[in-house]
Amino acid sequence: MHVERLERRFGVVPALRGIDLTVGAGELILILGPNGAGKSTLLRCAAGLARPYRGTVRIGGRDVQTDPAARGLIGLVSHQSLLYEDLTARENLRFAAALHGIAGAEQRVRDALDTAGLTAVADRRTGTFSRGMIQRLTIARATLHAPVLLLLDEPFTGLDAPAAQLLRRRMAAERAAGRAVLCVTHEPAEAWHEATRIVVLIAGKVVIDQPRPADLERFRRDYQELLRQ
Amino acid sequence: MNAAVDRATAIIRRGRVITVVALMMLAGIYVLSLGLTPAERAQGLAFKILYVHAPSAWAAEMAFVLVGVVGILYFWLNDPRLDLFAEASAEVGMVFGTLILTTGPIWARPIWGVWWAWDPRLTFTLLLYLLFAGYFALRSALHDPVERARFGAVIGIMGLVLVPFIHLTVYLFQSQHPLPVLGRPPCPPGHPDCAPSLPWVLLKPLLLSFATFTLLYIGFVTTRYGIGLRRQLAEEAEHA
Amino acid sequence: MSAVRAALAIAGKDLRIEWRHRTALVSAVVFAVLVLLVFIFARDPGTLAPRDLAPSVLWVTLALATLLALNRAFLLEREHGALDGLLLAPVSRASLFWGKWLANLAFVLVVDAIAFPLWVMFFGVDPTAALWLVAGVAVLAAIGFTAVGTTISAMTVRTRFAELLLPVLLLPFLLPPITAAAGATVRILEHRPAGEWLGWIKLLALYDLVFLVLATGLFPRVMDE
Repeated sequence: MHVERLERRFGVVPALRGIDLTVGAGELILILGPNGAGKSTLLRCAAGLARPYRGTVRIGGRDVQTDPAARGLIGLVSHQSLLYEDLTARENLRFAAALHGIAGAEQRVRDALDTAGLTAVADRRTGTFSRGMIQRLTIARATLHAPVLLLLDEPFTGLDAPAAQLLRRRMAAERAAGRAVLCVTHEPAEAWHEATRIVVLIAGKVVIDQPRPADLERFRRDYQELLRQ
Repeated sequence: MNAAVDRATAIIRRGRVITVVALMMLAGIYVLSLGLTPAERAQGLAFKILYVHAPSAWAAEMAFVLVGVVGILYFWLNDPRLDLFAEASAEVGMVFGTLILTTGPIWARPIWGVWWAWDPRLTFTLLLYLLFAGYFALRSALHDPVERARFGAVIGIMGLVLVPFIHLTVYLFQSQHPLPVLGRPPCPPGHPDCAPSLPWVLLKPLLLSFATFTLLYIGFVTTRYGIGLRRQLAEEAEHA
Repeated sequence: MSAVRAALAIAGKDLRIEWRHRTALVSAVVFAVLVLLVFIFARDPGTLAPRDLAPSVLWVTLALATLLALNRAFLLEREHGALDGLLLAPVSRASLFWGKWLANLAFVLVVDAIAFPLWVMFFGVDPTAALWLVAGVAVLAAIGFTAVGTTISAMTVRTRFAELLLPVLLLPFLLPPITAAAGATVRILEHRPAGEWLGWIKLLALYDLVFLVLATGLFPRVMDE
């Protein structure tokens, strides 16, 4: 993914002030920053959900705003589940498969349910699911079409330790499979060891963009210092 | 920053000047129509209201059409000032609409003996007025100015496409509802000016009136646009 | 063609969800019946025969029932941010419109199908073959109503006053097709020669075509963030 000179405003209030970012395969990037720094906005622009005021986002060479096919390369996991309560898990996935035009959908859906450990409850309505189950299904939905770029927006919110561990493992697996993973979070410890790069956004600008340092504590201290300024 | 505010104020001033000129012309029209032209045969003095009525309807429709056109331009050029213009035009259009909808019954009463009749001009203006009202209702329910501009443009364009259908509907509807009293020539579809056979002495003030109202429209919109621009600049200054 | 498939998938999903509870469907049908009853009871039985009211009543009822049916489409997508799921799909926003429009149309046609025979019964309309023509006009009108309605409801659903704004914004747009449809209905029921009502139907069809095309073009702009 190539992000060039990305600007985004809400009315007259700038949210992103010229972001340049390049993400390659096999990278797992943590995007950190205080509230209101523009992290979620960046993700939404990257996913083609928000139209930037200026600048472009290109995925695999395709402009995400003008080329619908570019969206097929992205998977988004946000804090909203994007699921329909009245449909079963299987039906939700089948719908996602139909939207993405996946061939052999039935098998793909079955495999995805298996990986997420949801085969037993596949035909129950998602309105009855627990938070952890919803999270697993959301990830299954986001990866169903084998996207090359996985975007996660504060995915660890509200997850208990085992679910968080599962998520970390899943993220690492995606990275190992050659995909690119972008994870927005406000707590670096959540996926520290899985990450390959750290990007810090403050007030709509990229302030830090470096490979993930080995020492979490040291980074935490510097980060807090940075936020205080 | 201040240069922009100055420019906005200059626009307002220019708009006010144009408005004053137009109002003076309007006063002239009144003198002309009331004092210097003969009374129309069938309708007498009350006919004079046509000089205000027909051009107002023209101005209201023009205002509406421009909102739609500006909507198209907004999607093409993405300039937020176009939305300011649309808002100004819509407000001015509502003013003219109010003018017709209040003077209409005043005219209808002595001529037709009723307070309201479904003549094309009144009916058309009423529908336009309701569209304007809806337009403002939507705008006021939206808080994000970009969303407001965008949805405003969408409704504006849809309204623009609707206008020919409204003309057709009004004409077809009116042809089923004959006007209450004799002495009123049937109105042709499309243009609401219902006096194709007016002698020059009566036609001249009418044409002048059209020109005056067009100028009045320009004056109002320019002023209102300037005010809107200044307001927006003040908001931007707060957030910068 | 994945655009068509996506639109059908979206419509199918909407209808499947609706079928799970059928709440909106039942409510809309009951509403239509109640509107018919209001017209029956709100008139002086001595002076106005139901038959005279019939064409107007039909169109008021169908228009109002459509209003009720439209909010459903986008409110559904607000739960859990499902709309994002649709916007993330690698299909054009126009497909999204067509899917929602088809779902709305199917919904409205079901309500119409139930209200129509009741209207015939309550208002003493002659059950002749002409009624099939009127039904055809209703289908044609539903196409236009839902095309414009889907676009406008997509906008009003983002506001706090969706239920109030939708009628205020939509009804002026529905007046031309209602006029045309009612004009045709009156003449068809009076068994006039086709030349007298064909023009109205053509007008209605023109409206449908124009606004379907316009909505397809404008809808992506409505979906923008």
